[in-house]
Amino acid sequence: MSLLEVRNLTVQFGPRERPVIAVEGLDLELDAGEVLGLVGESGSGKSVASLALMGLLAPQARVSADVMRYDGRDLQALSARERRALLGREIAMVFQDPHASLDPCFSVGDQLMETLAAHHGGPRAKLREQALDLLRQVEIPDPEARLKAYPHQLSGGMSQRVGIALAIAGNARLLIADEPTTALDVTVQAQIVALLLRLQRERGMGLILISHDLALVSQLAHRVLVLYAGQEMEQGPVPALFEAPRHPYTEALLRALPEHNRGAARLQALPGNVPAADARPAACLFSPRCPHAQARCHAERPALEGPGDARVRCFFPLADAQRHPLGAPA
Amino acid sequence: MPADNLASSAPKLAPDLAPVSPGTAFWRVFSANRGAVAGLVIAVLLIACALFAPSLAPHSPLEQYRDAVLKPPAWMQGSDPRFLLGTDPVGRDLLSRLIFGARLSLGLGLVSVTLSLAFGVLLGLLAGYARGWGDALVMRIADVLIALPALLLAIAVVAVIGPSLVNTMIAVAIVMLPHYVRLTRATVLQEREREYVLASRIAGAGPLRLMFSVILPNCAAPLIVQATLGFSTAILDAAALGFLGLGAQPPAAEWGAMLAGALEFIETAWWVSSLPGLAIFLTVLAFNLLGDGLRDALDPRLRQ
Repeated sequence: MSLLEVRNLTVQFGPRERPVIAVEGLDLELDAGEVLGLVGESGSGKSVASLALMGLLAPQARVSADVMRYDGRDLQALSARERRALLGREIAMVFQDPHASLDPCFSVGDQLMETLAAHHGGPRAKLREQALDLLRQVEIPDPEARLKAYPHQLSGGMSQRVGIALAIAGNARLLIADEPTTALDVTVQAQIVALLLRLQRERGMGLILISHDLALVSQLAHRVLVLYAGQEMEQGPVPALFEAPRHPYTEALLRALPEHNRGAARLQALPGNVPAADARPAACLFSPRCPHAQARCHAERPALEGPGDARVRCFFPLADAQRHPLGAPA
Repeated sequence: MPADNLASSAPKLAPDLAPVSPGTAFWRVFSANRGAVAGLVIAVLLIACALFAPSLAPHSPLEQYRDAVLKPPAWMQGSDPRFLLGTDPVGRDLLSRLIFGARLSLGLGLVSVTLSLAFGVLLGLLAGYARGWGDALVMRIADVLIALPALLLAIAVVAVIGPSLVNTMIAVAIVMLPHYVRLTRATVLQEREREYVLASRIAGAGPLRLMFSVILPNCAAPLIVQATLGFSTAILDAAALGFLGLGAQPPAAEWGAMLAGALEFIETAWWVSSLPGLAIFLTVLAFNLLGDGLRDALDPRLRQ
């Protein structure tokens, strides 16, 4: 049985007559110990989808799903209190901006110990020991001293390590990492990636990695889901998806990577923008920007085709011959 | 000489580089502000006066020495050596009354600020966190209260519930309440959207924990400043009520009432009304300086 199973997740905001659709018909499946990459450009619904899973969207958001199951439990049937009890203990999250996600008023030790106390309690001395142990697990040097430090005294990489320590404090089995390395230095990024991967393996956590950094996703994820304007465009295992993308959008994302543009005068950017809320085509969402679009693409919306682990939403998935030649993958 | 300076300042630099605790960092900024330190010193002296009034005051504040009415302070002609700052129209020792007055004034300020801070923070926190119609209701009431002149409102409240020391505190607290509600709500609105609040929600924190132990501590700095400045406003408002005869009732040694009680003698015995006025002035000045210093030291823009 999979750890997380979501069928037909839809999130809408705004008036019912003219809703703003943030996520549309999203299916997600994740096994324990599996890493799923959630990829897409800004505004494609990655973060909204993850917040919807945790039930943390503002009340104005309308969330619906045919199935939303975590570890066999129907999340939609749980009361708000029961659902909150899952958070932190079963499902945890690592954030993009490590400084902003730590409470500036409390020291690292206070925050870790409060989290530990909330999840299983115990005498203060024991909590302190556990907090130290967590800091060691996220490879923070001199954890004794760091326990007393305040967030503004930590570097970005150090803060993100603390953020990860907080996330694993409740022994979560599902970790959602929302752009965990975007705000960090390149050198620190590699360390944080290695740390996340090690912890995920050691603890057998399911990891949903939200990112627009394809290189990062290709290193970490077992499977990648490409989102565009709130819809799944393509899903496939790594590295097959990156070596042979079948959806034109996936291909365009890969082509826009600087690594594939070495020596070129300009980056091969994808023209246009994600469709605005009031200009959502009834046809294929990507058709206005698609270099391969044909008459049918502008008239109908394609369905997801193919087996669960390699499906694509396109009438004319790319065959090898059509694909633009790519440079050596990163 | 410059070389000497360099040499002597070099070892001092090292501890500056080490991360300092928030308390040390705060004190560094605060102590650099002379006005604030002066305010702190006066405030501490006043608080000491209030706390140890019975042992500091040479006489009882209520005892009337009928043989020494309207005696001038010790440095003037015709003074009585028993009374350092002279006596009032019924022969009470002015110094003792001023010292005991510190008790009333500071106590009054403390109680009104505490009352209004407690309710104001609670209302502002709930309004800012919950939003919706409750928020709108609380804020509109606050708007109405703020629209009325402070002293007029205080007089109206006292007129309704009757003049007494306790009612003065309540009136002053009601007058200040909307300021705390507004300030708390504004700060809460700002803080609640920050990512660490979302992080706490994702860690499973419930609404009460979010409000009181995540958001509130982060709103503390402006509230501390407002409360310190509010302290002097409270003392001033209470003195004004006392002056109008609506605050502490005779024979209580309240500065405002003392000032009003001797007004008719201002031509012949200036000290009886001027000294309480000076005490009010010093107290208000001290707490304003202190509040300004706190504001500089706790400014969130300097916190990072």
